[in-house]
Amino acid sequence: MSLMAKHEILEKNSILLLIGILLVVSIGGLVEIAPLFYLKSTIEKVEGMRPYTPLELAGRNVYIREGCYTCHSQQVRPLRDEVERYGHYSLAAESMYDHPFQWGSKRTGPDLSRVGGKYSDEWHVAHLKNPRAVVPQSVMPGYPFLAQADLDLKGLAAHMKALQTVGVPYSEEQIKNAAKDAKVQATLDDPSAADLQGRYPKSTARDYDGNPSRVTEMDALVAYLQMMGTLVDLKLYNDKANLR
Amino acid sequence: MAQSTVRKTMTFGEGGLAFVFAVTTLLCLVGAAKAQDAPFAFHAYLSAAASVAAVFMIFRGYFNRPAELPGQETDDGRANYNDAPIKFATAAAVFWGVAGFTVGLWIALELAYPVLNFDLPFLNFGRLRPLHTSAVIFAFGGNVLIASSFYVVQRTCRTRLAGHMAPWFVVLGYNFFIVIAGTGYLLGVTQSKEYAEPEWYADLWLTIVWVVYLLVYLVTIIKRKEPHIYVANWFYLAFIVTIAVLHLGNNPTLPVSVFGSKSYIVWSGVQDAMFQWWYGHNAVGFFLTAGFLGIMYYFVPKRAERPVYSYRLSIVHFWALIFLYIWAGPHHLHYTSLPDWTQTLGMTFSIMLWMPSWGGMINGLMTLSGAWDKLRTDPVLRMLVVSVAFYGMSTFEGPMMSIKAVNSLSHYTDWTVGHVHSGALGWVGFVSFGAVYCLVPWLWNKKQLYSLKAVNWHFWIATIGIVLYVSAMWVSGILQGLMWRAYTSLGFLEYSFIETVEAMHPFYAIRALGGALFVIGSLIMAWNVWMTVRSGEPAPVARPAMQPAE
Repeated sequence: MSLMAKHEILEKNSILLLIGILLVVSIGGLVEIAPLFYLKSTIEKVEGMRPYTPLELAGRNVYIREGCYTCHSQQVRPLRDEVERYGHYSLAAESMYDHPFQWGSKRTGPDLSRVGGKYSDEWHVAHLKNPRAVVPQSVMPGYPFLAQADLDLKGLAAHMKALQTVGVPYSEEQIKNAAKDAKVQATLDDPSAADLQGRYPKSTARDYDGNPSRVTEMDALVAYLQMMGTLVDLKLYNDKANLR
Repeated sequence: MAQSTVRKTMTFGEGGLAFVFAVTTLLCLVGAAKAQDAPFAFHAYLSAAASVAAVFMIFRGYFNRPAELPGQETDDGRANYNDAPIKFATAAAVFWGVAGFTVGLWIALELAYPVLNFDLPFLNFGRLRPLHTSAVIFAFGGNVLIASSFYVVQRTCRTRLAGHMAPWFVVLGYNFFIVIAGTGYLLGVTQSKEYAEPEWYADLWLTIVWVVYLLVYLVTIIKRKEPHIYVANWFYLAFIVTIAVLHLGNNPTLPVSVFGSKSYIVWSGVQDAMFQWWYGHNAVGFFLTAGFLGIMYYFVPKRAERPVYSYRLSIVHFWALIFLYIWAGPHHLHYTSLPDWTQTLGMTFSIMLWMPSWGGMINGLMTLSGAWDKLRTDPVLRMLVVSVAFYGMSTFEGPMMSIKAVNSLSHYTDWTVGHVHSGALGWVGFVSFGAVYCLVPWLWNKKQLYSLKAVNWHFWIATIGIVLYVSAMWVSGILQGLMWRAYTSLGFLEYSFIETVEAMHPFYAIRALGGALFVIGSLIMAWNVWMTVRSGEPAPVARPAMQPAE
């Protein structure tokens, strides 16, 4: 009972009570979060990860703006059925440049972390404009307005600059060419496509939304969807080397 | 009168705050002129208008008040409680409650009948879902918490709320944050961090409001007339201070431009995920649990006219609850790229959390000892008690779902949605309704609610709604989880993804029906509150202040 009696000290001193609360609620977070920043095993070493191209980044921002994360996860768990349904389980390294992460918490629709290359651009555009035209049982909203919205190319450099400041390894050259690279990536057979691919390995340049006259938000979103999960060559990934 | 001889002067607070808001108006207009995107311009104009309104209100308040500021005590020596901001927050809670539940019903219908998205940006599920969650958690729940905490801290400390304008600043500033956040979602302004979607400028504003909230609360406790700090205040204090910590930890962002709405968070990938669910689960633990336990610890004993069951249990479960809750976040990230050791820690602490949770439930329910008969006659008390029962149920379900093996089935499915709603509708919703039904007659000085019969209707309609909602989500969640992992005898996945979506339809329709009943219940409450304020019989004499045994 003496311990209970000592509690009176806290009950009679609001500042001590406040400090006590702060101390008690700090411990768990410190133990669980702080080590994630310095334990090398937190993020595996992999080949092939690169920051998003300007067009993919713009597409990712459309994905965020429309709240796609409320229904689609980007995280394949190492469970038999998930690996068979979606592909190799997700690696921490695959979202290391994601500010913020998009792992999601609900699968009203399927996981998208490895959707890149599974469907054609035409399918994605048709599906985004009217999901039930291609998947009759779908409950996804339609996004026809994306095909009408011109992409803000000029603003992209500032976005990459901000990301560079928070730790994404964009080079000055990449930032300088942001608007040009976005336009080139949304164009079929552009002569500068090789420059783009030099700056962003494995990126592909083509007219994603089927409308060559404009660079739209649809171009950007489809470009983002088509690159998801394609950067790391998982056939070469050795999970034994990354045991943790 | 002695007061009339005092010369009327503007306080430093009134003058200073009016000046600050005048400057803010100018800054907002500059922001609007230089805005990089339309939503930012809209929010800048909205903030400019709000700042002008604030200056106007400060001056109106100054001209309409007597020379002397309201005293700490009334003429008969009792504490001179400051209830006007509480009235506003209570009314706002009812309004936001109805609005937030209705948006929830709408998005539930969208999932059952996707044509309701109308292919419009501001009506699509992805933008409305954060509007729903923020409206019910932060707008409805937040106003209930601010109203009840300001009411409780004054009564249990027997002193007037600290500050002359600060309580109003908290209440109005918080509701302005809600408006910025909500309109932002509709316009596509979001950080995409669940339950922390508002962008950087809304976050900054909330930080200011929240610090003032903490100061008002703390200073009121410091100048209390009671030697002990009552248990409800421990919970409110833990809620306020921990939410501040969580908000700061989960929202450090770098704006692309100070004149634009978009920002990038400094955390990335796995660390960002951990920060997010450290925040996310403790928004549940401290906003939706600790804060509302504060409500339970005042309103249940008050309404039942019985003391809290066990003082020792209060102490033990308070410290255990706030210590353990913080660890539970990683159970949202089972089997993800988060390291295994973190997941296992999160699971372990989530299971342990069951005990202090039930400690709170037992303390709340057993407070009814000797007053159980009141459940038959008082539908408000019944609402409060059933909320505690729902609390017990969802705090058993939660630890169970945090077990990795269970989570491998339940995660990403509607089971999670059902679990959240048994807590949100059953516990948070009902304990809030109970508190509102108590507060309205007390605040507006009425003898009783306009209609106890209507409370009874609200209780039963909402309860049936919750049962339909939660059971539909259990069935759909477990069904979908099992379908995803079903194999044929030849070793192939048995169902395509879209087949599992199709199987959800009947349950989505039932869930929407349950939600509709819950909305109807809240409309009955809104009507009842309105009628009580408008035409309820006034309380016969000032309520005698309850004096604890010395």
